[in-house]
Amino acid sequence: MPWPQTLIAAILAALLAAAGAGCGEEGESGAGDPDAPSGAEGITVYSGRIPPEIGPLIDLYEQRSGKDIEVRFGETAALAAQIVEEGENSPADVFFAQDAGALGAIEAEGRFEQLPAATLERVPARFRSRAGEWVGTSGRARVIAYGEDVDPDDLPDSVLDLTGEEWQGRVGWAPINGSFQAFITAMRLTEGEDVARDFVEGMLANGVQPYENNIAIRDAIAAGEIDVGLINHYYVAQAKAEDPDYPVEIHFPPNDLGSMVNVAGAGVLAGSDQVGEAEAFVDFLLSREAQEFFAGSTEEYPLIDGVAPDRSLIPLDEIPHPALDLSRIDDLEGTLELLQSSGAL
Amino acid sequence: MVAAVAALPAAYLVIVCADDVGATVETILRSRTLEMTLRSAGLAAAVTATTVAVAVPLAFLTTRTTLPGARAWATLLSLPIVIPSYVGAYTYVAALGPSGMLQDLLEPLGIERLPGIYGFGGAWLVLSLFTYPLVLITVRSAIVRLDPRLEEAALVAGRSRPEVFRTVTLPQLRPAIGAGGLLVALYVLSDFGAVSLLRFQSFTREIYISFQSSFDRGATAALGLVLVALTLALLALYTRTRRQGGYYRSSPGAARPPRPAPLGRWRWPAIGACSLLAALALALPLGVLLYWAGKGIGDAVDWGSVGTAAWHSLLAGGLAAAVAAVAAITISLLTVRYPSPASRLLERAGYAGYALPGIVVALALVFFGTRIALPLYQTLAMLVVALAIHFLPLAIAAISASLLQVPPRLEEAARTLGRGPVATFATVTGPLAAPGVAAGAALVLLYAVKELPATLLLAPAEFQTLATQVWTETTFGQYGGAAIPALVLVLVAAPPLYLLSGEAVHE
Repeated sequence: MPWPQTLIAAILAALLAAAGAGCGEEGESGAGDPDAPSGAEGITVYSGRIPPEIGPLIDLYEQRSGKDIEVRFGETAALAAQIVEEGENSPADVFFAQDAGALGAIEAEGRFEQLPAATLERVPARFRSRAGEWVGTSGRARVIAYGEDVDPDDLPDSVLDLTGEEWQGRVGWAPINGSFQAFITAMRLTEGEDVARDFVEGMLANGVQPYENNIAIRDAIAAGEIDVGLINHYYVAQAKAEDPDYPVEIHFPPNDLGSMVNVAGAGVLAGSDQVGEAEAFVDFLLSREAQEFFAGSTEEYPLIDGVAPDRSLIPLDEIPHPALDLSRIDDLEGTLELLQSSGAL
Repeated sequence: MVAAVAALPAAYLVIVCADDVGATVETILRSRTLEMTLRSAGLAAAVTATTVAVAVPLAFLTTRTTLPGARAWATLLSLPIVIPSYVGAYTYVAALGPSGMLQDLLEPLGIERLPGIYGFGGAWLVLSLFTYPLVLITVRSAIVRLDPRLEEAALVAGRSRPEVFRTVTLPQLRPAIGAGGLLVALYVLSDFGAVSLLRFQSFTREIYISFQSSFDRGATAALGLVLVALTLALLALYTRTRRQGGYYRSSPGAARPPRPAPLGRWRWPAIGACSLLAALALALPLGVLLYWAGKGIGDAVDWGSVGTAAWHSLLAGGLAAAVAAVAAITISLLTVRYPSPASRLLERAGYAGYALPGIVVALALVFFGTRIALPLYQTLAMLVVALAIHFLPLAIAAISASLLQVPPRLEEAARTLGRGPVATFATVTGPLAAPGVAAGAALVLLYAVKELPATLLLAPAEFQTLATQVWTETTFGQYGGAAIPALVLVLVAAPPLYLLSGEAVHE
């Protein structure tokens, strides 16, 4: 049977030719593009936020500044690990992460540049690194999501009440998820180890259902598999964008960390050869336009003064915020130990 | 050299662990590590046994019998291999979850909750359904290369058909079954997406927790080393399947296709079994995907970007398949023709890259790429090398099983007649082993097109593939948008599978 080699050879030749042609094209278009800034290579952003959550902003910035931005999309934790492994040779200039924990981990590795005070001061102190190495760009609140079968009046004022008998087997959580773990870490820091342990163990004894992530919880509520779940506030808004009748609503428990606010944020990497450009981009993320984009398209909380969140959300100031330092919620070992020894993980 | 590159992931783990040996030992010795190892090993054993039990009879049915539409069945039933196991798991949860689509249908009958897709049972079912084609493809390509004369001789000598099957046919297929089973077992060990969606606590999940939650590279690497050790143990087991005896034909001449066994009345149960499998492994997940795609079709689908992504997937996957095939031929020739402790070690080092979760392999290449190959870092070449390393064992398994069936005497004759080693390979060994090489390359291609973590970390910036599109959309919770690239992934993979199945059919 002579065909396999011939075929393989032909496919190989075609692929190589195409790869060559592809490179050629890119080279040409780069050189011939009149809009391309001469000499200045654009910055590279490692983004834990996916294209729909950031793409339009990148386009806008490119138009404005005339500079090219290269974006590498990935999962926040994977990108953080990648930056650490790359060390000094990292091609990244900016790390745009989905949660403060990953930013804290990069800060702890000493891989961030100090940000300019003007950028930092655009957001309240509780939404940025204490050392000024990263800054929050949008806020996400922990909420109790609930389904059609739940009377909103029955919802608890505190997430701690979900260990009560009436919630037996009706609650979902995602112990493997970063946002959830940040929430438990925050609970340990503000309410104490004992409260956090009692909560986790109480939930387990109450038949809490474990899910993979926020979206899985949300979908399980919609399907009627569970009645309530602990998730980030904007996931429901996203589902409603696809289907206005999506049968899940959100509740901000007024009393405690049930609606703790975490941030997505960004920092400039040490070793960037374009620190100025990178800083300008981070600053742009805190511009009015960018903040309005976060508020409108992803329904997150804008963090600068003068931009209001979506009307369906309670104002950021009304969410109780205990003295919680987001820089410290990268301390996850105790949380993992708690989740593992109690059997949640 | 080839094997040294293939061993990079394992080398990376050793380097990271050497940073803090005490912590490494502590992590490895935790009772939790042992518990999770046993759980994963149990799942791997169950899935492997199931896939062999399903795929070996199927391989015979589609090569050696008068099953109507044998080639079409073979293609169709190999297709589940292209459904990423996490996508498969998603669709199964959607369809068979406690309040999934099936429960919706049964609701009028008063059924409010379905039992147990979550846990061991679900993980076992879903992983079996999406990995059995590994055994099917390897075993089918081996059956085609069997010399029917041995079986005929046994029949003439008065043995019954079942006896011939047991004593002549099956033993000759042992290396192929072993190779396919090994690939399944290692895949199960490395899988994260499916087990995690189906809520089965596995070893890989432990690795992800340590890496994702505490950004602790030391613990991640230590657990990775345990996985490498487990892989080596499995490999030792596998080597036993091909220890004794020759698997090649003893006399020269072309293998003659055997006369297919008439199925007669058994045709209908056979078709029924094939249909059932196709329904579970293909129709159900594709049906769910189509349903989601239908719901999402209201939003404009950007076909241009899906097309580009499909091209990128094929480009990276095709090149990775070619690189892996060449590397695997080199390694397999060494281990099959010149077995020695050194050559065996080379082969085994290569398997580490397959049993480790993609993210660990990707980080290993990030580590080495930025230190010793910076100009190549995050180029297409880098991605191709990463994919080739990750899936090299798929090619080795298929190719070494087929090289075992090439009689060394033919090669020796060619050499005696004055041909050099390269010419001998090109004119004798290569053509005889071609079906195995094609199968190996196709397997690498099929796995490379659905690979995610390494693609995200190592591809050129903004190099979207079908897998990254599926990821983007599911991350955003848009199943409608995710379903379309997932369906295209299946379409793209169908032609190579069809060609592959044609190998086994004689007009």
